[in-house]
Amino acid sequence: MDAYLRPRSLDEALALLAATPGCQLLAGGTDVLPARAGAEVWLHADRRPLLDLSGITALAGIAETPDGWRIGALATWAQLCATPLPPAFDGLKQAARQVGGAQVQNRGTLLGNLCNASPAADGAPPLLALDARVELTGPAGARVLPLGEFLLGNRRTALAAGEIATALLLPRPPEGARGGFLKLGARSHLVISIAMVGGVLVLEEGVVRHARLAVGACAATAQRVPLAEAALLGAAPDPARLLPDHLAALTPIDDVRASAAYRRHASLVLLQRLVESLA
Amino acid sequence: MTTLLLNGAAAHIDAAPQTRLSAALRDACGLTGTKVGCDAGDCGACTVLLDGAQVCSCLVPLAQAEGRAVTTVEGLAATPQGAALQAAFHAAGAAQCGICTPGMLMAASDLLAHTPHPTEAEVQAALGGVLCRCTGYRAIIAAVLAAGTGARPSAAAVLAAGANALPLGAVGDALPRLDGLPKLDGTERFGADDAPADALWLRPIRSPHAHARFSIGDASHLPVRLLTAADVPGRNGFGIYPDIKDQAVFAEGLARYRGDCVAALVGERAAVESVRWEDLPITWQELPPLTAATAPDAAPLHPRWPDNILTTGRLRSGETAPPAAHTAQGHWTTGFVEHAYIEPEAGWAERHGETIHVHGCTQAPYMDRDEVAGVLGIPLDNVRIMPSACGGGFGGKLDVSFQPMVAVAAWLTGRPVRAVWSRGESLASSTKRHPASIHASAGCDAEGRLTSFEFEADYDTGAYASWGPTVAGRVPVHCMGPYRLPFVRSQARAVLTNNPPSGAFRGFGVPQAAIAQEMLWDQLADQAGLDRLEFRVLNALREGDVTNTSQKLEHSVGLVACLEALRPHWHALRAARRTTGRTRGGVGVACMWYGIGNTGMSNPSTMRLTLAPDGRLTFHNGAVDIGQGSTTVLAQIAAEALGLPVSALHLVLYDTGLTADAGKTSASRQTFVSGRAAQGAGEALRGEILRRANAGPDARLTLSDGRLRVNGEALRLDSTLEGLGSWDPPTVPLDADGQGIPYATYGFAAQLAALEVDMDLGTIHLQKIVAAHDVGRAINPMLVRGQVEGGIAQGIGLALMEEYLPGRTENLHDYLIPTIGDVPEIKTILVEAREPLGPFGAKGIGEPALVPTAPAILSAIRDATGATLRRVPALPHRVLEAIREHR
Ligand SMILES: Cc1cc2nc3c(=O)[nH]c(=O)nc-3n(C[C@H](O)[C@H](O)[C@H](O)COP(=O)(O)OP(=O)(O)OC[C@H]3O[C@@H](n4cnc5c(N)ncnc54)[C@H](O)[C@@H]3O)c2cc1C
Ligand code: FES
Ligand code: FES
Repeated sequence: MDAYLRPRSLDEALALLAATPGCQLLAGGTDVLPARAGAEVWLHADRRPLLDLSGITALAGIAETPDGWRIGALATWAQLCATPLPPAFDGLKQAARQVGGAQVQNRGTLLGNLCNASPAADGAPPLLALDARVELTGPAGARVLPLGEFLLGNRRTALAAGEIATALLLPRPPEGARGGFLKLGARSHLVISIAMVGGVLVLEEGVVRHARLAVGACAATAQRVPLAEAALLGAAPDPARLLPDHLAALTPIDDVRASAAYRRHASLVLLQRLVESLA
Repeated sequence: MTTLLLNGAAAHIDAAPQTRLSAALRDACGLTGTKVGCDAGDCGACTVLLDGAQVCSCLVPLAQAEGRAVTTVEGLAATPQGAALQAAFHAAGAAQCGICTPGMLMAASDLLAHTPHPTEAEVQAALGGVLCRCTGYRAIIAAVLAAGTGARPSAAAVLAAGANALPLGAVGDALPRLDGLPKLDGTERFGADDAPADALWLRPIRSPHAHARFSIGDASHLPVRLLTAADVPGRNGFGIYPDIKDQAVFAEGLARYRGDCVAALVGERAAVESVRWEDLPITWQELPPLTAATAPDAAPLHPRWPDNILTTGRLRSGETAPPAAHTAQGHWTTGFVEHAYIEPEAGWAERHGETIHVHGCTQAPYMDRDEVAGVLGIPLDNVRIMPSACGGGFGGKLDVSFQPMVAVAAWLTGRPVRAVWSRGESLASSTKRHPASIHASAGCDAEGRLTSFEFEADYDTGAYASWGPTVAGRVPVHCMGPYRLPFVRSQARAVLTNNPPSGAFRGFGVPQAAIAQEMLWDQLADQAGLDRLEFRVLNALREGDVTNTSQKLEHSVGLVACLEALRPHWHALRAARRTTGRTRGGVGVACMWYGIGNTGMSNPSTMRLTLAPDGRLTFHNGAVDIGQGSTTVLAQIAAEALGLPVSALHLVLYDTGLTADAGKTSASRQTFVSGRAAQGAGEALRGEILRRANAGPDARLTLSDGRLRVNGEALRLDSTLEGLGSWDPPTVPLDADGQGIPYATYGFAAQLAALEVDMDLGTIHLQKIVAAHDVGRAINPMLVRGQVEGGIAQGIGLALMEEYLPGRTENLHDYLIPTIGDVPEIKTILVEAREPLGPFGAKGIGEPALVPTAPAILSAIRDATGATLRRVPALPHRVLEAIREHR
């Protein structure tokens, strides 16, 4: 069995995937290759064959569709930033500019970020706020899952064996929607988030008509915070309406970057500031 | 076979498609200008352009480069911005060790191709993915901005003409580095860059457990040789002190820290890399690990130290403390800090008959020679250490790492043997800054004059002695800082634990102590109602004062001058700070002193100049330049003493077979100690020349076309003239109470930090650092500034983000060091209180730069919030906690 496969079409990729049990999918490699380097340090080299998706041109690009946008599996953070998109996507773009450094943004893909399923994946909160859905293609065809159902836990997704995540589907945001993103880390560049928030709001005459707020790095996966959204709906976008209780469902942990209590507190502060910035 | 357009020409690369592009470039194409610092996207040293866009080549499978254009540093000069960038980096001193430079240049060239006249923020965004541990980034930003504006005239010309076209390089000139050009075009050879193609590979096997017994069974099933303790021909032990060789090349049955080396695989590369952990015939029995808290009461880690106390340093000064009107006290803790040089340890060895040659990165070739001779059981003369360029050291490459292992392997196999540590191995195995747990108290009288200082600290010295005794010796004599104190009691214990060995790291324990000392002064100044800066002026040591080791400081005490230079900045920054609202401004001040050279111990250096009959003037300089600039500075000193321009010198650099012992590159000693030796060599050769020419002391020398002229008259030589300079700074060893003359001279400094604290999140935004340093004399002001800025960046890391946790932060995305966006504007003020002992009045700067930064930052946080941080790094959650406790 070859240790490395680089199909040129999706069909070929699905066939190879079916024929190569235990292989690992590869897009930009910015999660896969660092993890492999880490494993090699203690002689636990990851010898799974790699199935490199980068040669499948059909998976490239970001396209406007009748219902919204389709972000291909190979679309990178840098490509996203270079694509003209409505203001609702501003938060996603702000996240994109803070994923690693320029080198990582030039290579890393949005879908790779989601499929890697780190609790600190910066793409997840703004994409949850945009009501993103993930298109998964397997031997039997494609299915589409809301992002919240795709992300199952730390390093766990709903991707089934034999499937490839082929695109992110983003609905056309409501008229007047604006998005934002705030990231908190211990240094200015190249930093894994201690906590981050993404949100999309629609205001009509000073009243919140549509609210999507999501928090990352404060649970096994990024989470929408429906109580906080509800607290804003129908009222002025007043940050003070957001209360600690609204975030009770989060389950942050202590780690080398911060304490759980701090994360809980900081996520509320970040959400309040996000609302303030979108007001 | 992968085909790509490499630096403008088609290249066919025969390597597996999943090979990292970085490895393919280096190994298959021989383009070693692309550096590897982590293989994980974290350091950016491997940055190349892929179709014009910067990428980490370590994260690009070769197959993904098929049919695409790849530009590496070797191809940079041919690009429109490339040569301008290289010249600007050279002129600005933007490359110190040079290991990050190719990555920086490539990232910058991507930026300038799209944004020819970038702003500072654009430079930071574009270069944010490349780490530099040496420069503090400010010179790099300046260089990219300069290249962008085209402010550098005839950029390519500077490069083409080389060093000879540069200023004469008199003492005091900001001469660009003499060894600078290879760092810019990818031709510099670091430890991983130049091993013979037929070298075998060596891969250490390290304990994954902090404390474990182990046994090694039959290894005959492995495809390669497994070296163990039994294979070491000489003494299976090394260590800094001649009488402490406590760390084994290959541990014998007991692993004392996670990362301890127990064996090594040696063989052809692919075979070595095929071995999996499960294949190893090693069985482990884990033992409970000792920590600094439990070790003093636990069974000994080494029989030699029954109470697990490696050593205790003490100082007693003054019989009774004068009465105090105000007192302050506190407890502070610091964590392990990693050197994080961007070049992981790498090198190779080759046996030549009964002699061994060892190549690679090091700070201490003569100590390496002694260790290699010891482990091989051969005479010193049969070992030659040939240092490669060193991609940063900061104290971490003073201890041997790969040297004994590759030497043993090459000795036994008769083949050249190389080793390159991965980043994870480097982090797990290398020495660290000592974590300290400090209790300190102090008092002052009603006018604010200090009356007493008491200090007791445990330093976690890890599993092996390394430089622990040096740290325990240096801390008690420095911990009161550069102040007049009638009464001092200080003690520092080095406690053995199952943590990584703590060794030498810029400042040898003093930066940790300075945090406690300076935080106490802030508290006392407030109580006495004094301005914090004036409190320090009031108490500062001055010329003629006697230190707490009873040393009279006759000369070169520039601390008050430093503080006075800061005073206008202090007032301006304090007046400008925001004192209400969500983010609050604070300004902090801190001072330091630092003894130059070894503590109360001989540390000589010898330099040699020769002038051959054909007019070839050669400077034999054994001081390793690890980026700090000694190659340039020592040449400036030697040339000035001789009376010829620097460009007249041919350099023979650090090789134990060719140069005399200049001592190690540590303790900020090379400018001061080797500088004096270089001055001596210059004067001695000048004396020889003048004697032969029968000329007076003011005679003018010139050297051109191989002919030496004295006052215009040609001087014929029939044999080579030599000028030898040796110097050992005069010191008196410390007695049991820490009394003596530990150092011949001291560097002094004071720094200000201005920052803003987010009161709701605990995050810190640094705004400015103003640093005033008394360096005696700045032989090369540009290089001194580079040391100050680089030291400050490491101080920022210590204060705000760096904390090594074994097993948890073993890579550069969990272990955070400052990036280009984390170092604010730095204003450096050089104070020159001449040191009569030093070369042309110079002292040292390497370590002093780092010491006051962390305390100045903590002082500023306290100014902004009222909260005193008790633990560094001041991560946001710790800052917020401190703010809440204070409220
Ligand atoms: C230095 C550095 C800094 C970083 N900083 C950040 C940061 O700030 N924030 C952040 O969120 N992330 C960060 N990352 C992580 C990483 O860059 C992102 O997660 C990136 O978006 C991953 O995309 P990729 O294409 O490189 O994924 P890959 O590494 O190729 O793949 C990632 C995972 O997804 C799977 N996968 C990829 N594509 C598909 C697919 N189409 N279908 C199914 N499975 C797939 C792979 O099998 C793998 O498990 C950083 C990485 C590095 C090296
Ligand atoms: S080696 Fe590629 S980023 Fe460090
Ligand atoms: S010069 Fe940047 S790492 Fe040494």
